[in-house]
Amino acid sequence: MSILVNKNTRLIVQGVTGNEGLFHTTQMVLYGTNVVAGVTPGKGGEWVLDGKIPIFDTVRAARDTTGANASVIFVPARSAPDAILEAADAGIELVVCITEGVPVLDMMRVRAYLDTRGVRLIGPNCPGLLTPGECKVGIIPNNISIPGNIGIVSRSGTLTYEVLYALKNSGKGASTCVGIGGDPVNGTNFIDVLELFEADPHTDQVVMIGEIGGTDEERAADFITRKMTKPVVGFIAGQSAPPGKRMGHAGAIIEGGAGTAKDKIRALEAAGVRVARHPEEIPQLLAS
Amino acid sequence: MKLHEYQSKQLFNKYGIPIPRGRITTEASEAKHFAEEMGGRVVIKAQVLVGGRGKAGGIRLARTPKEAEELAAMILGMELKGLPVRKILVDEAVNITKEIYLGITNDRAARRPVMMASAAGGVDIEEVARTSPEKIIKIHIDPLLGLRDYQARDLAVGIDLPRMLWRSFSDIAHNLWVAYQANDASLAEINPLVITSEQRLLALDGKMVVDDNALFRHPDLNEMRDLDVEDWAEVEARKFGLSYISLQGEIGCMVNGAGLAMATMDIIKLSGGEPANFLDIGGGAGSEKVAAALRIILADANVKAVLFNIFGGITRCDEVARGILAALADVKTHVPMVVRLVGTNAEEGRKILADAQMATAETLLEAAQKAVAIAKGASA
Repeated sequence: MSILVNKNTRLIVQGVTGNEGLFHTTQMVLYGTNVVAGVTPGKGGEWVLDGKIPIFDTVRAARDTTGANASVIFVPARSAPDAILEAADAGIELVVCITEGVPVLDMMRVRAYLDTRGVRLIGPNCPGLLTPGECKVGIIPNNISIPGNIGIVSRSGTLTYEVLYALKNSGKGASTCVGIGGDPVNGTNFIDVLELFEADPHTDQVVMIGEIGGTDEERAADFITRKMTKPVVGFIAGQSAPPGKRMGHAGAIIEGGAGTAKDKIRALEAAGVRVARHPEEIPQLLAS
Repeated sequence: MKLHEYQSKQLFNKYGIPIPRGRITTEASEAKHFAEEMGGRVVIKAQVLVGGRGKAGGIRLARTPKEAEELAAMILGMELKGLPVRKILVDEAVNITKEIYLGITNDRAARRPVMMASAAGGVDIEEVARTSPEKIIKIHIDPLLGLRDYQARDLAVGIDLPRMLWRSFSDIAHNLWVAYQANDASLAEINPLVITSEQRLLALDGKMVVDDNALFRHPDLNEMRDLDVEDWAEVEARKFGLSYISLQGEIGCMVNGAGLAMATMDIIKLSGGEPANFLDIGGGAGSEKVAAALRIILADANVKAVLFNIFGGITRCDEVARGILAALADVKTHVPMVVRLVGTNAEEGRKILADAQMATAETLLEAAQKAVAIAKGASA
């Protein structure tokens, strides 16, 4: 079992004919994800993957024809806000935006609008979601995780792969892995996902991977104290990061002395979270 | 990207915010002419991208054109917090009766911009926030509705602004919001916004930070970037679409992904070493990008060892390996290297590097420990 995505997910790919869109659509199909349609304006009526996946001009047409309930976005940053809104207005319930580099004011407007529509957005600037053995939505490599009962939520991309891989190497599997993305304003935060894992009968423990910048980890720690019964293991990247510098992710910057790794680790430990010193230590801190 | 004071003020002025008459120059003699034009009394202001310029002596009042020239010459020869002063702003001096603060920034937790005003202007606002937060009035701006009239009025009332200035304050607040939005700022600040002896509001200082992710739609702002003050390596890295930040340590790192790059720095530190840099080659980097990244790392003379940690997903390990070889072909180096390749095409990558005499590692911890040991051996 899982959260958010599973074998009943019927997925649309927005930006399916682009380089990355096509490559990852192929990978998702190989993984077993039910990709029902692609959307590229101007290419409606064509097909990709040797006639397996139809292309539509609009998300609405794709959804009306195929009954899709989720969408993943691979379009460039300048078009991504529009792509998210198009999916939301077409009635898609789960929108996953992989695109990196979306301006933050755009995301504030998008998020404010989505909040009035009850649509769940994951990302942007995220690796997407994986329910091992059932469904992959996004770009997580296909062979680095096995099914299991550990829920994973992360602000990072490749660091998440590192953790999935370390878990797999010690025989541990994931219920669902959710990459929420490294931007300052995103669609879904730690607390949203922790809440879903707490309610999921097939998730027994949770791994939470944070990084410097903002106060999301601190607020998650508060949520864990008040609401979580399942054990949580954490890791915070950026302990050696200098203040005032943006460490790659737009969200990873220590501003005005706030958002340091130290503060986050302290908050998590106070909430009873076991915090790993490095990613490969995570499997040892989980209950067997 | 940070804008200079003069750039921020010119931009604010374009949106209808009143600023003092001012001219920018790199020559002390010109400062004299400007002072003559402006009637004698001017303020000479160092244009460097650091805070606390006034305290450091980078802002001085000149009473005569001759004094303007002398002070300009002095300030143009200064370094402020390590940055040489190359440009000065010559602003007409004004008579100030009160200094207030007005600024906008993004409140991440609230997911919307926040406008702040304070009657305690002219000083370090972060200090005010720490010591007397009640002196800062905040209102959140709905990104879909924008700043409303009543909100600007709330601020004016909150900072006890005289009633006769409400209208002009409200205009400035609106104009600042429009400038903020139109230029994708993540900070727009007027500190101080002064009340002159003629009871006018005037933006004496200006500061603006623009969202790097939005520069694609602001080519005019992109041209304002001051490359002089930036680290050579950081400029070079940006050219190749790499995210690089130089640090003080001895172990250069090349990693794909920001979170993993930070975690790699952390584990180097945990293993007893110090990272020389943060470097994220991004997703799907080709060999050319990797080669550029390695050249940048090796240009740092402090680097005693290089650690490659590549978790292939979109990025293919064989491409990375080819990039490493390409860079090594034109940069002759004796700096030892440790390579860890996992994921997409890792096997092919390892084969490509088999003859390159590099240490390899299976796990991240092993890679970090090897790099630290090699760096210590190299410096011993």
